[in-house]
Amino acid sequence: MAKKKFVVGCFDDEEVLFPAVGKVRTAGYKIHDVYTPFAVHGLDHALGLRETSLHTAGFIYGITGTTTALSCISWIFTKDWPLNIGGKPHFALPAWIPITFELTVLFAAVGMVLTFCYISQLAPFVKKHHFHARATDDLFVMVIECTDKTNAEDLKAFLAANGAVETDIQIAEEGWWLGRYDKDEMRFENKQIVAA
Amino acid sequence: MASIRLQFEIPGKLKTWSLGLIGVGLVALVFGMITKGFSTDEHEQVHFWGTLMYNTIFWTLVTNASMFFICVTTLAMGGWQQSFRRIPEAISTLVPIFGSITFAVLLYVVLSDKHHIYHWLDTAAVAKDPILSGKAGFLNAKFFIIWTTLTIGFWSFLGWRMRQLSNEADVEAMDHETGTKFIFRNTVRAALFTVWFALTVGSTVPWLWIMSIDAHWYSTMFSWYTFASSFVSGMSLIALWLIYLKNKGYMELTTQEHLHDVGKFMFAFSIFWTYLWFSQYMLIWYANIPEETVYFKHRVQGPYKGIFFLNLIINFLCPLLILMKRSAKRNYTLVTFMAVLIIFGHWIDFYQMVMGSLMKESVELGWLDFGILSFFVGMMIFFVGKALASKPLIPKYHPFLKESVIHIV
Repeated sequence: MAKKKFVVGCFDDEEVLFPAVGKVRTAGYKIHDVYTPFAVHGLDHALGLRETSLHTAGFIYGITGTTTALSCISWIFTKDWPLNIGGKPHFALPAWIPITFELTVLFAAVGMVLTFCYISQLAPFVKKHHFHARATDDLFVMVIECTDKTNAEDLKAFLAANGAVETDIQIAEEGWWLGRYDKDEMRFENKQIVAA
Repeated sequence: MASIRLQFEIPGKLKTWSLGLIGVGLVALVFGMITKGFSTDEHEQVHFWGTLMYNTIFWTLVTNASMFFICVTTLAMGGWQQSFRRIPEAISTLVPIFGSITFAVLLYVVLSDKHHIYHWLDTAAVAKDPILSGKAGFLNAKFFIIWTTLTIGFWSFLGWRMRQLSNEADVEAMDHETGTKFIFRNTVRAALFTVWFALTVGSTVPWLWIMSIDAHWYSTMFSWYTFASSFVSGMSLIALWLIYLKNKGYMELTTQEHLHDVGKFMFAFSIFWTYLWFSQYMLIWYANIPEETVYFKHRVQGPYKGIFFLNLIINFLCPLLILMKRSAKRNYTLVTFMAVLIIFGHWIDFYQMVMGSLMKESVELGWLDFGILSFFVGMMIFFVGKALASKPLIPKYHPFLKESVIHIV
């Protein structure tokens, strides 16, 4: 994957972050992402992100589970190996409901977790670039993607004017790549430049 | 809070409709009383008193579920429900009224010795019957009357205490210390109600009032199943009033976010109801013991087949498929439609619980059932409207009100 140029602005307060997000978007810059130490209510709306489709995926995984369970059990008990269990009919639907329910939940849960990991680019033995180590601690880190027309220095000044406590320019990989954090000696070092 | 309308004025249309419904109900009640209630035919008598029983019990439990909702959210330190808590409060003012009607009906059934409804009232039969004499400590007229009195009395009293406390949030702004004390007193009163609720709706009362119609049959899950039924209808009723008030321009602080959470309760407890329904059904189906299957025999294979499966479609499949989407729970029209459907579905559920045991040969769902239903709906609209008008619609000095205002799902 190609490396890209990013301008990073760090905010120490969500009260400052929200108006800044609005101003950056109105100014026409493309926000790559905002990294926060905790889930910030309403930030997705401020960023203009669309509603996630994860639950639709979950529904599809769920009905896949239901269909798998029902077709599998009904084939086994009526066609493949019919057994007389307590004089019940071979097609004994009530007895299958618990298993159907379990498979529905299993498919939906596992499917959604894997999908979530994929869209958030999380997996074992895979690395992603960290724009600022303190994004997991006490800083709200806004990352803006630069295009050919972006003047990075202007943007830095713009962010600082809107309350960013730190700003810098990073050239980084945007997606994930194979690698391990525990093999990385540079893990806790960063090359950020403190502005003003 | 200049722009917020705290005082509910009962619209003329609401009054006309409620009085009209009560009128229709009274006509049906009197006509039913003459043709059925006091007729010499036992079948007709059972039909009349059974209809009264399931309607009174259903509406008492549904209105009481509102108070349960306030109490559990209080115990959970919930803040989000404060902006509309006056709606469940107003609904719960019906508990003493519907409770007394239920009490009168049940008292009449027990004291007039109607053992076609409650077989265990027949002392001669109980003495000869080892199963019934084993249950005689629980199923006897004296215990029935005492426990019913205590149940309805404490529901009304503890609910009233909870509502009284809520009035303090209208008087003046509370400082930190007063607020903490206020929340603590709320917690204590809510806990008392919840414990009593668990001892009654959560266990004994549905066994006593409804399950004992099939005196030989028992299911320990029955009370939870009844509770789930009444709670999900109670949440639907809250949703209906919420939407009605929003439509009339009240409840400015209550938004889609609150409706979404009420919708989640409707969705989740529909699933919970199905879980209990199915657990009860499947164990009995699997074991296939005659004294247990007797309850389901005429429901699944007899005349109640249609109602039995309609019940499952309305109360499980519809909420599951329609309310699952986030946008559906935030849509006022869809939630209104689903709330009406759910209340109707659980009313049908109570119908088959009671009438399915009393009149096994045929389904006679007709003018009497809908007439009595109209009486209770009219009473509900009339008294909830009155109760809403008697208090400010928002407890404006409640310490948790701000949490409700900024609530986002």
